[in-house]
Amino acid sequence: MADTAVLSAQTPAVEGKARPGASALSARLEALDLPQGGFTAAARRDAAERLASMGLPGARDEYWRYTDPAPFNAPRPEPLSVPARDASLFSDIDRLTLVFVDGVFDAAASDDLSAEGLQIESLAAADRGADHWAVGLYGTLEAAGQVPVKRPFAVLNTLAARDGLLIRVTGPVSRPLHVLYRRQDAAADVVLHHVVKLEPGAELTLLETGGIGARSNTMLEVDLAAGARFHHISSKRADDAKLGIGHIFARVGEGALFKSFALSVNGRMMRNEGVIEIAGDDAVAHIAAAVLGDGDEGAFHHDDTVFITHAAERCESRQVFKKVLKNGAHGIFQGKILVKPGAQKTDGYQISQGLLLDEGSQFLAKPELEIYADDVKCSHGSTTGALDETAMFYLRSRGVPREQAIVLLVLSFLADALAEIENDELRDAILVRLDEWLTTRAKG
Amino acid sequence: MLEIKNLHVKLEDEDKQILNGVDLTVPAGEVHAIMGPNGSGKSTLSYVLSGRDGYQVTEGEASLDGHDLLDMEPEERASAGLFLAFQYPVEIPGVGNLTFLRTALNAQRKARGEEELSSAEFLKLVREKAKTLKIDGEMLKRPVNVGFSGGEKKRNEILQMAMLEPRMCILDETDSGLDVDAMRLVADGVNALRSPERSFLVITHYQRLLDHIKPDVVHIMSAGRIVKTGGPELALEVERNGYGDLLAEVG
Ligand SMILES: Nc1ncnc2c1ncn2[C@@H]1O[C@H](COP(=O)(O)OP(=O)(O)OP(=O)(O)O)[C@@H](O)[C@H]1O
Ligand SMILES: [Mg+2]
Repeated sequence: MADTAVLSAQTPAVEGKARPGASALSARLEALDLPQGGFTAAARRDAAERLASMGLPGARDEYWRYTDPAPFNAPRPEPLSVPARDASLFSDIDRLTLVFVDGVFDAAASDDLSAEGLQIESLAAADRGADHWAVGLYGTLEAAGQVPVKRPFAVLNTLAARDGLLIRVTGPVSRPLHVLYRRQDAAADVVLHHVVKLEPGAELTLLETGGIGARSNTMLEVDLAAGARFHHISSKRADDAKLGIGHIFARVGEGALFKSFALSVNGRMMRNEGVIEIAGDDAVAHIAAAVLGDGDEGAFHHDDTVFITHAAERCESRQVFKKVLKNGAHGIFQGKILVKPGAQKTDGYQISQGLLLDEGSQFLAKPELEIYADDVKCSHGSTTGALDETAMFYLRSRGVPREQAIVLLVLSFLADALAEIENDELRDAILVRLDEWLTTRAKG
Repeated sequence: MLEIKNLHVKLEDEDKQILNGVDLTVPAGEVHAIMGPNGSGKSTLSYVLSGRDGYQVTEGEASLDGHDLLDMEPEERASAGLFLAFQYPVEIPGVGNLTFLRTALNAQRKARGEEELSSAEFLKLVREKAKTLKIDGEMLKRPVNVGFSGGEKKRNEILQMAMLEPRMCILDETDSGLDVDAMRLVADGVNALRSPERSFLVITHYQRLLDHIKPDVVHIMSAGRIVKTGGPELALEVERNGYGDLLAEVG
C-alpha cells in the first residue's frame, strides 16, 4: 500500500496513469454505503483486508492495459437518464421473473419464489441472519479467482454488495429464471452479488436483461456439483448499460456443464470478466459473447476478459467472442486457457473475432495458452477484418439492398457465438431482437 | 432487351484497360453465347453489367429494356431483371441457403412493389424448383455454398435463377465443373426458363453446353471486344479449330 500511495503522490492524478492510492480507495469506499452483513460478515471483512492490500487498479496494470479503470475507480458515476421501458427480450417465453429496481430486489413485482426444486432468496433479506447455505460460497469463489491475476473490483463487490440473489437448485427447473433489472434513480451506483449453487444433477437456465444502474458492478458466483447443467444468457442494451463491470466466477464439478452467453448491443464502457475453474473430470465450460458497438452513440468500449483453468481430466472448454464495431468503437478480448499439471485430454478452444465496419474502429485481442499437461488439444484463433466485399456483391447481385446485406453478413459473422445458445426458443428470441435492431439502425 | 454500346472499362485502381469497346445486343427471347480466349474480358463484362465495384466505365453505355444499367446499384439491376450466374459462386458462412433465397426474392418483390411471399408459399416454391435440379433439403439448409462441390455450387446458381425469374440471365461458365448428368440438369433448368420474354447470355468455352442450350447467336470476344458474331456454326468452328484462325482472320 505504501508503494502505491507514494506513486500516486509523485504522479499527479490528473494524468490518470498512476495507480490510485489509499486515499482514492477510501474515497471510493466512503461513497458506498457498506453493509455489515450477517452470514456474509466474515467474507466482507476478508474482502476489506484484501482490497486494502490490493488497492484499486491503474491504467498501467498489465490486466488493464486496454481498458482504463478510471470510471470504475471514481467514487460516483455520472447520473444517467432513465430510459422509457420497452418489452423485455424474453417476454414471450414462459419463465419465472425476478425484478430488481436500482439494484434492490422488488418482491412485489416478482413472481412467487416457491417454485419446485428451487430455493431463492434475496441477499439483502438472507443476510440479516447469521447462518445460510451460501456461507461457504459467498466471496469464496471470487477469492479463489484472485490468483494469478488480481481483480480488485470483484473484491470490492464482495465487500460492498447490498443485494443479489441466492439461488439453490436441487433438481431440474422447468422454467428459466429471468432476472429483470429496472432503473428509477438516475444516479444509482449498483453493486449486485448473486450466488448460484446447483446440487448434483440439477439444471437451471438463468436469464438477465435490463438496465442495472448508472454504474453497475455485478457478480455471479456459480458452483456446479457433479452432473449439474447451467445455462446463462445475459443481454445488455444501449440505454441500459453505459458503465459496468461484471464478473462471473464459476466452479464446474465432475461431468457438469457450464454455458454462458452474453449479448451486448451498444452501451459505453463495459468490462466483463469470466473466471472459470473446471474442477471435476469430464466437465464442459463454454463462454461466449456477441457484441455490437456503435461509437456514434457515445464512446464505445467493450472488454471481455476470460480465464479458464483446466484442473481435471477430459474436460472441454470454449471461448467464442465476436464483436461488430463501427464509428470508432473499441472491442477488447483478453482470453486465457490454463491447463494445470495432470489435466490430461483437455480439449480447449478459443476464438475471438472483430468485424470492423469502418476504419476508425478497433479490435484488440490478447489470446494466451499456458499448458502444463502433455496430452491435450488446445488452440486459439483471432481475426480482425472488414465486411467481405465479394459476399456483399454476391448478395446485392441477387437483389438484396446494401443495408440488408450488411445485416445478413453481420448476423453471419455472429452465428458461431449465437450457436452457443443451446435452447432454440431463446436463441430465436435473441436473433429476432438482433435482426430488428440491426435493420432499424441500417435504415437510420 | 440488353444493349451494350462501345463499352470501355478499366480497373479502378490500376491503369489497366480490360474492355475496349464492346458492342452487343441481345433481343428479347434470344439466347446468345460468348466464347473467347482466357482473359479476353468475358467475366469482366458480366461483372460490369451487374455492378461490381473495382471497375471504371470510361466510355460507352449499357441498358436493360432502355434503362441505363450503369447508373443503378447492383440490387436495382437485379430487381430490374438482371441475373448473373457466377463463374465462381461465393461462399457465405452463417447465412442459410433458404434465408438467402427468401431474402433475395422478397427484396426484389418489394423493390418492384409486389407482395412479399409468405413462408409457406416460399417453401413450396423452393422445394418444387430444387427438386427438378436434384438439390435436396439438406443442401437448402446449409450455409450458402459452404462445403458445396463445384457442381453443387453451379446448380445452386441455377436454383437462384429459377427462383428469381430474371428477364436477362447471364451465365458465366456455368458448365465448368459439371459432370455429364449435372450439365443436363442445368441445361434443362435453363431451357425450362426460355420464353419470348426472357433472354440469355451464355459465356462458355465449350460446344457441349451449346448442344443442350441452343444459341441463336454466337459472339467471339478477344482482347476486350466482340470481334466476330455468327450463328451456332461459329461455336462448332471454335471447337474444331480453336481461336487461332478466327482471330487471325479478323486481325
Ligand atoms: N480485379 C482485377 N484485377 C486485376 N486484373 C483483372 C481484374 N479483373 C480482371 N482482370 C484482368 O482482366 C482480364 C480479363 O479477365 P476476365 O476474368 O474478364 O477474363 P475472362 O474472359 O472471363 O477469362 P476466363 O475465360 O479465363 O474466365 C484478365 O487479364 C484479368 O487478369
Ligand atoms: Mg471468366
